[in-house]
Amino acid sequence: MCAELLPERIALDEWGYPILDERPLPTELVSHAQRAAQACPTFALLVERKRD
Amino acid sequence: MSTGLNSTTAELEPILDGTAPPPAASLPRLLEGVPAHGAMSLREHLDTHGELPSSRRRDQRSAAALIDQIEQAGLGGRGGAGFPMAKKMRTVAAGRGKPIVVVNATEGEPASLKDRTLLETLPHLVLDGIALAARAIGADEAILCVCESAGVGFDCAAQAIAERDQLRGYWPRILLSSAPQGYVAGHESALVNHLNGGPGKPTFSPPLPFERGVRRRPTLVNNVETVAHVALIARHGPRWFRELGLADQPGSTLVTLSGPLAYPGVYEVEYGASLSSLLDAAGGTTTRVRAVLFGGYAGTWVDGASLPTLVLSNAHLAPHGASLGAGVVLLLSELACPVAETARVTRWLAGESAGQCGPCIHGLDALAQTLEEVCRGGARGDAMARIEQLSMLVNRRGACAHPDGTVRFVTSAADVFAEELADHARYGACEACARQPELPLPTNRQPITAA
Repeated sequence: MCAELLPERIALDEWGYPILDERPLPTELVSHAQRAAQACPTFALLVERKRD
Repeated sequence: MSTGLNSTTAELEPILDGTAPPPAASLPRLLEGVPAHGAMSLREHLDTHGELPSSRRRDQRSAAALIDQIEQAGLGGRGGAGFPMAKKMRTVAAGRGKPIVVVNATEGEPASLKDRTLLETLPHLVLDGIALAARAIGADEAILCVCESAGVGFDCAAQAIAERDQLRGYWPRILLSSAPQGYVAGHESALVNHLNGGPGKPTFSPPLPFERGVRRRPTLVNNVETVAHVALIARHGPRWFRELGLADQPGSTLVTLSGPLAYPGVYEVEYGASLSSLLDAAGGTTTRVRAVLFGGYAGTWVDGASLPTLVLSNAHLAPHGASLGAGVVLLLSELACPVAETARVTRWLAGESAGQCGPCIHGLDALAQTLEEVCRGGARGDAMARIEQLSMLVNRRGACAHPDGTVRFVTSAADVFAEELADHARYGACEACARQPELPLPTNRQPITAA
């Protein structure tokens, strides 16, 4: 599900688990990333804010 | 010996007053006076190391001074990560709420015996260290965690605690806790989860134990050997501690040396000692050595050809991609089949997954399966490429470092044992496959005790 919500940064491995591109998110993708994290049934995804 | 907090020499003066005998300028230190059988009694412990730490409850200066001494000594954790002890203590002491101390003697690493050795032979040194660490950070409670299968160690610790309870004014309260057996159960967060009444499984979600751990209190979690060193630093000071070892990895440490040796077992070495000198101390090897595994089953294989040049320090092992970890040095003889041995341990590691993360559950199983297929000779296509692909897929994709450790173990095996792996992929099982396995794994029936 998360891979559908954020295909730009999430791919799926052969078992269906998310492989994350860990580069910082551009502003336009942040809300999509938050939706993807909220949709995770096991709360496995975190959107983090990092200070420079 | 003075307890002075003299401003110019505070760094150099040991904390404890009393009748400590002259400190050992050489080895052994932790293992000084270890009896041939059984645990060192309280009397023997005091005769060997000197009086117990002073029990002045409100001596804040002395508590802070101990952390300074530990910092100057450069003591790093002995559980594998080597995290600076003083930094950890200060962080926990500064946390919100009354700190609590957890000491980890669970030793889930099958090839490690040093922690149970400490429990079974030197429980009073351990208890000294726990008490000192607790007082230094303002904790009045400490929990010593022992593996549920470690019968003798548990009994030795319980007896030593009972001996202490009879002494006037001895504090803080040290509780003994039995933790579940399992490779990942000894992880810091797994222990805390267990102590909080949950499963003995690791988590990565914040907060970390140093901030909020057992009963939501700032929790200091340390390996049992680390606190044993604290008990000696408090008596002899940081300068003494640094007389052995290296500038960037000071002091002595316990290693579990096993494999084809005259006298395998737990040895105390100084960092920077050569592996050859350790092998000599163990009476030498009894067969030729194919490879040596450093750190345990989450560690790294190094080719046996390098044996004469290897030095026991993380800086010296780094170019080999290895580190000492929790002091495991495991030799594999030339008589063993390294493919069968690697496959067997990898299958065990897969079974030790906490089962929380898909990539670990599936990936480690797939790694084990591929290795088993290579071993039998039934592997399809390019099994080595598959192992590489799986390793990349699994690495850093779990809630803890278990899959990462397995990847390290397998990829270093793939490198060092490339020839044997290729032979098996092409021709199947070899004669050595049927041999009794050399690499130790726990059996579920028997309690584990040091020999």
